[in-house]
Amino acid sequence: MKLLTGNDLPTGDVVWWTGDGWSRHLADAVDVGVNGEAIAAAEQGARRVNVPYVIDASATPDGPRPAHIKDRIRALGPTVRPDLTLKPADASAGNWVI
Amino acid sequence: MYRYDEYDQAMVDARVDEFRDQVARRLSGRMTEDQFKPLRLMNGLYLQLHAYMLRVAVPYGTLSSRQTRMLAHVARRYDRGYGHFTTRQNIQYNWIKLEDAPDILAELATVEMHAIQTSGNCIRNISADQYAGAAADEVADPRPWAELIRQWSSFHPEFSYLPRKFKIAVIAAAEDRAAMRLHDIGLRLIVRNGELGAEVYAGGGMGRTPMIAPLIRDFVPAADLLSYLEAALRVYNRYGRRDNIYKARIKILVHEIGADAYRAQVEEEFLAVKALGIDPPAAELARITAMFAPPPFTTDLPDAIDRTDPDFAIWVDRNVAAHKQPGHSIVNVSLKPAGGIPGDASADQIDVLADLAERYGHDELRVTHAQNIVLPHVATRDLPAVWAALVEAGLAEANLDLVTDIIACPGLDYCSLANARSIPLAQKIQARFADPVRQRDLGELKLKISGCINACGHHHAGHIGILGVDRKGVENYQLLLGGSGAEDVSLGKITGPGFSEDGVVDAIERVTDRYVAVRQPGERFLDTYRRVGFETFKEAVYG
Repeated sequence: MKLLTGNDLPTGDVVWWTGDGWSRHLADAVDVGVNGEAIAAAEQGARRVNVPYVIDASATPDGPRPAHIKDRIRALGPTVRPDLTLKPADASAGNWVI
Repeated sequence: MYRYDEYDQAMVDARVDEFRDQVARRLSGRMTEDQFKPLRLMNGLYLQLHAYMLRVAVPYGTLSSRQTRMLAHVARRYDRGYGHFTTRQNIQYNWIKLEDAPDILAELATVEMHAIQTSGNCIRNISADQYAGAAADEVADPRPWAELIRQWSSFHPEFSYLPRKFKIAVIAAAEDRAAMRLHDIGLRLIVRNGELGAEVYAGGGMGRTPMIAPLIRDFVPAADLLSYLEAALRVYNRYGRRDNIYKARIKILVHEIGADAYRAQVEEEFLAVKALGIDPPAAELARITAMFAPPPFTTDLPDAIDRTDPDFAIWVDRNVAAHKQPGHSIVNVSLKPAGGIPGDASADQIDVLADLAERYGHDELRVTHAQNIVLPHVATRDLPAVWAALVEAGLAEANLDLVTDIIACPGLDYCSLANARSIPLAQKIQARFADPVRQRDLGELKLKISGCINACGHHHAGHIGILGVDRKGVENYQLLLGGSGAEDVSLGKITGPGFSEDGVVDAIERVTDRYVAVRQPGERFLDTYRRVGFETFKEAVYG
């Protein structure tokens, strides 16, 4: 599957395309198929996202899993600061990245 | 310390106003990201993995308590309660919002700080010996010269769009604590026949093509220094390659045409530049130098240290250095606690450091390229009180220059350029060598980790260096041996095939075990490596 991701313009937060907007949670991301670049161009033009790009991912029972570790770290947060990730209560959340 | 004059303050304030307008234009859509990106980078604002990152300049690594408290305030109010001290003696904040950036810069400007030229193809923050003004072995305080170069290079119209970024370091001692010869230009102040001047080295650097800077001029009189630098930069600006980013640094130019040819060009240019009158009048130089006058040291203070507390004694032996003023000491504060993140400090810890500098250290702090903090002027009699406060704040790790005093870049946990994580590896190495007795037995062992070929973690200069690479989407770590950023400068050599994260920790232990087995009395790891050679250690690593 293909996911569209980028950063929120005013805050810089990592965001994922949900089909009708942007979410900070990877679980909300949808497969953009071949439409990623077109959505990216429109959304960037409307300043709803900054530097969007399409990534490869796989569908898993736990939700989308980006193919590259860099995007998995973007999706979670820094593995060395569990308290600053999107799952601060889960000290082992970083294992998902590896 | 240097204090802004009206021109400095006006320039920085104007820059804040300018950037505020640029941010507003970006947020309102009157500017695209392609248009905005070079402008935000010129103000130290990057877009990293999780958010915007702001790199704040700490000129030659020197801070006052007031400035340090502002750094804590920025961490607390605008970031997530911490900052990251870098190998360029700067500080970075990892969680900045674009909409907050102008306010942050405005607050920094109130304490004479900014983020100008902390990115982009310009002359970056000038780095210097963190012991400047305190070191017993310096011929002069290098900071007035670093400040002069800062002023000369700030907004320099000819050098704002160089082929590539440009880094300058200034030292004034035989011992090189600033990795001087691994800079684009390195200056070592010396005295010859009673006259102050500088050795000029050019064409050093790390990155994907590491080079040790050759000596270009063995003595440039101080009165000619800016003219000589202007000439050196002009030659680079004229001939440095702009067609290939990987060959654009001055080290490639100097290497390709040769040091002799580069020197000849610079000397010719220098003759023309000198006539322009770039070098400061004596009165201006005296004005700047006066601001770096030694603090009012109390005389007749004792040098004796009560070593009754064994933990305190260990810390003194490891983290305290001799000061040129009797009765005073240089305190190194390690930002490498076991299990911590190299170079990170919480806002509360930064405030503690500011308080200690104010109360015990003549109001001065330094950031080191090894990502530690120095209190350069502490009365030796106050060391127990300083140590107790550092213990309370979790800042008393007695590991300066030991195997756990690891330089590590932010790596793939934060950096958009990284290929592998650096910090978790540093933590695993710290855990493997957690025994402080073992650390001290291994002695000086500088271990440096970079998460990509750009070498922000100085892996080429590590006695043991580690380079993180991406091997088909999996983190992999190459091991290097034999590097040094000090006066015995050398570049590390890759041992061979890379390792997994756990595998490289095991490999490092095999290296240290071999060192322990073959060392002679008094030898550091690097000494033994140089005596017995690379192959002995390679055999230990791979069998």
